[in-house]
Amino acid sequence: MKKLINSPESVLTDALAGIAAVHPELRVDHDRRIIVRADAPRTGKVALVSGGGSGHEPLHGGFVGPGMLDAACPGEVFTSPVPDQVLAAAKAVDGGAGVLFVVKNYTGDVMNFRLAAELAADEGIAVRTVLVDDDVAVQDSTWTAGRRGTGATVFVEKIAGALADRGADLDKVAEMAEKVNAASRSFAVALTACTTPAAGRPGFDLPADEIEIGVGIHGEPGRSRGKLAPARELVGLAMDAILTDQPLDAGDKVIVLVNGLGGTPLIELYVAAAEVAAVLAARGVRIGASLVGNYVTSLDMAGVSITVCRADDEMLDLWAAPVTTPGLRWGN
Amino acid sequence: MDVTMVNAWIRAVAAAVEEHRDQLTQLDAAIGDADHGANMSRGFTAVVATLDDFQPKTVGDVLVKTGSTLMSTVGGASGPLYGAAFRAAGKALTGPTASPDQLVAALHAATAAVTQLGAATPGDKTMLDALAPAVTALEETLFHGADLAAATEAAAKAAQDGAHSTTPLQARKGRASYLGPRSIGHQDPGATSTALIFTALAAVVAAG
Repeated sequence: MKKLINSPESVLTDALAGIAAVHPELRVDHDRRIIVRADAPRTGKVALVSGGGSGHEPLHGGFVGPGMLDAACPGEVFTSPVPDQVLAAAKAVDGGAGVLFVVKNYTGDVMNFRLAAELAADEGIAVRTVLVDDDVAVQDSTWTAGRRGTGATVFVEKIAGALADRGADLDKVAEMAEKVNAASRSFAVALTACTTPAAGRPGFDLPADEIEIGVGIHGEPGRSRGKLAPARELVGLAMDAILTDQPLDAGDKVIVLVNGLGGTPLIELYVAAAEVAAVLAARGVRIGASLVGNYVTSLDMAGVSITVCRADDEMLDLWAAPVTTPGLRWGN
Repeated sequence: MDVTMVNAWIRAVAAAVEEHRDQLTQLDAAIGDADHGANMSRGFTAVVATLDDFQPKTVGDVLVKTGSTLMSTVGGASGPLYGAAFRAAGKALTGPTASPDQLVAALHAATAAVTQLGAATPGDKTMLDALAPAVTALEETLFHGADLAAATEAAAKAAQDGAHSTTPLQARKGRASYLGPRSIGHQDPGATSTALIFTALAAVVAAG
């Protein structure tokens, strides 16, 4: 294993020290392991708190700031944060208007955030939770833990964060978050496995000419394995899965995320973006907004995830609203 | 079982987790996210440090403290699940000693807590596949008149068999369920760590 780390055990601690060193507009509480807007709590504003395992940067710490999250709770690599962390974040940011937890649908995240919500309620903080579950590679059924939360998390955090900035109340912000999630679908393809610092070797063996289809963001293998193919075919596979689950009609508007999983060069993501645009254009679907880059990563995994959100004008307007975070920044 | 013995049990679990840390991680790498060994190790290291400074009055105090510490340090699904299990067992043991029957009742409470929080049933390829048969074996062996040493030995065997029995199963809960049929052929890491806990219990009881 070659990694730019001091030790596998200290990766999160050391990375938090880096965030604190270069982002004075954020407050890093090293003991509680939370990243908070330096100007929190904002009186009267609904606060957004998210979190999850580390290794997905810039998600979530990179999305803390005006127009998006008020706090993030990073767990160990690929491990959800603990309830104490989430509670500390909720207390740090609650400005009296309540707190929205944005939780990706994984068993551990759901349990730890649920325990935190109970603790927060005991302390008189109004909490609502939105579960993000956009990954169509997992069938939502009684036979699985349900769809995973992946790329749509960026859409939910940005759009709900903008609405909170405009002064909407907790129920309205939660409702919008749920609406964005319900309108979003994702699918990912991996070209290589990723290596967690703790394991020290790739999560699965993948021959040079094979890919994993339908992967998540935690280095777990996908639903199936296939042969490496041109980007046009791989994107076609992903778009088929997305559009089968949520058909789009001519005239629909979408927000598109072409997301690198951590080890894919930007030029390849633009190759994928061209294919996504071609598929949508062929159906008469208009791209209202888009994002290409590494936003929800899986450490050093090579590969791409595509997220498509069917957006109405309000969602597009909120997406375009100003945001100032380490990971997303525009309009100011 | 007294406070000294339950303390020894938890420390034996911590040692076993450390010894099997890589095995747990590799099992998790196959069908999950390769962190079960590291997470359990971090949790039980914190538990041992906490117990060093702790003055328990009851057997349950030790287990509740263990559960709370796991919940605050492990993360993932195993943090809340093991946390809830140890806390539920601890809350059922309110005396300075615990009889074998009280231990059975406490472990039933632990099983109920895990079942409720995780919404899993035996056969879903989870820790429950080791926990449930272990508790049943403990209860049945005691019922037939055996002593605690024999009963915990039977429970450890049942937990190990239960962990092995997860190999051909398709996961229906947790992260392994995302793999669908590809989760078949791998032993569940959570069931494996549960077997370590019962194996440690048997060893500590046998040592008296």
